[in-house]
Amino acid sequence: MRFKISIYGNDALWGSFTEESFAALIAADAAFQRDLRESGELISAEGMADSGLVRVVRVRDGVRVVTMGPYLGGGEHLGSYFVVDCDSLERALELAAGYPTAGGNGVEVWPLLEHSGTTLPD
Amino acid sequence: MSEDVSVEELLRECAPQVLGSLIRRHGQFDLCEDAVQEALLAASQQWPVEGIPGNPRGWLVTVATRRLTDLWRSDDARRRREATVALQEEASAAGPGEEGGAPDHDDTLMLLFLCCHPSLSPPSQIALTLRAVGGLTTGEIARAFLVPESTMGQRISRAKKSIKTSGTGFRMPPLAERRKRVAVVLHVLYLIFNEGYTATSGDDLVRVDLTDEAIRLTRAVHRLLPDDGEVAGLLALMLLTESRRPARTTPDGGLVPLAEQDRSKWNADRIAEGVGLITESLAHSAVGAYQLQAAIAAVHAEAPSTEETDWPQILALYGILERVSPGPMVALNRAVAVAMVDGPRKGLDALDAVAADERMTEHHRVEAVRAHLHEMAGEPEAARESYRRAAKLTTSAPERRYLESRAARLNP
Repeated sequence: MRFKISIYGNDALWGSFTEESFAALIAADAAFQRDLRESGELISAEGMADSGLVRVVRVRDGVRVVTMGPYLGGGEHLGSYFVVDCDSLERALELAAGYPTAGGNGVEVWPLLEHSGTTLPD
Repeated sequence: MSEDVSVEELLRECAPQVLGSLIRRHGQFDLCEDAVQEALLAASQQWPVEGIPGNPRGWLVTVATRRLTDLWRSDDARRRREATVALQEEASAAGPGEEGGAPDHDDTLMLLFLCCHPSLSPPSQIALTLRAVGGLTTGEIARAFLVPESTMGQRISRAKKSIKTSGTGFRMPPLAERRKRVAVVLHVLYLIFNEGYTATSGDDLVRVDLTDEAIRLTRAVHRLLPDDGEVAGLLALMLLTESRRPARTTPDGGLVPLAEQDRSKWNADRIAEGVGLITESLAHSAVGAYQLQAAIAAVHAEAPSTEETDWPQILALYGILERVSPGPMVALNRAVAVAMVDGPRKGLDALDAVAADERMTEHHRVEAVRAHLHEMAGEPEAARESYRRAAKLTTSAPERRYLESRAARLNP
């Protein structure tokens, strides 16, 4: 079963770290990724660039309109995410609970649609 | 040309026997695998030119053993060898009479038991079985399961490591344990089949066909254990299920339920083979869960339509299956049979009992069946609600699409 584990936050939150606590977070994140890779459950891991670099594209009457900033303004936005392939929802929750910021803001676990269909009742 | 094909097929058949034989004697999965790979490569180059040797398996074992010795001599390997001396001793103590050669089938079976070791997680068992017994490359297995090659490589090497540390896998399990271990092997083969059968997307040109692979491996196990009724039952179940594959999806990947499938598209050869196998095994072996599921599939396979299906027989078979192997999924399927025999009301009553099982709360299949039974009962609004709920609960993209389209069909 595949899940997307997403870490949300905002600039205020990410700017509030001390040098030591930021270094500790980076180290904890690296350890988390290493464990996940070694367990054979990591599909992909990506971090988002700064929210100031986000563009939203809309087409209006055939004309491309590009605006700056995340699709949803204000509040929190996606900081990074992991796609994992693991045995069960329970295992995904266990993985998410192991992420360094799970103790603070919480971490989102979202099941991904599978490309295969379970067999229909016969 | 035909020579090439037969060499390739022969090598595929020999590979697990040779690997099993080396591992049984030397106990080192990684090194043995490397050695066997090199021997297979040498054979694929030499045999088409020089002809197939009289004893192909013996030739491969000899060459692979020689390569293994070479690998051992390298400094890096020597260190690893020292760490596994104990395992080696255990392995050789367990396998007497090497020179005459133990029967081939013991080596393949032992390798299967090793790959499906109960200490491994199902994804690891599947990956290792396809790699070591099926002879697929890590890349092929990764593409079949739609994960990156590095992820699959990690799963395989982790599985090997965990077998090495448990240290108990390199010999035949004692007879008393065999039944349980065969059951794990069959479950792994069933999972491989199911992964292939339910796949509705992916590029067929690059995806190994997992149903074919599962059937091939189960056939091999059936040859090794011809008197095991559950092995025959699983093979029959796979063949009968696979026979419907041409009819179960639309060209654009949509799902077609059994009742609406064009039965002229079902594969008659597979049906004949599956029905033959299950008939034979039910007559001679103690009945088990795979045999019962195959028997149910056989009743469907022989019916010209849903209406003309022998539902009372299917209901009776589900009744036995519930006693042999109770579980909420069996009870759920039985509820469908109840509806077909005694009407949708009785089916819905049976379904309520299933839904009360806490393992089935929020399970999309319960809602999908409920929707279907409401539709049968002429209650389109209740059916539409249940299809919608089921669509929200499933994590399968094609299934969600199917359920949403059923709901939409019932819109006023």
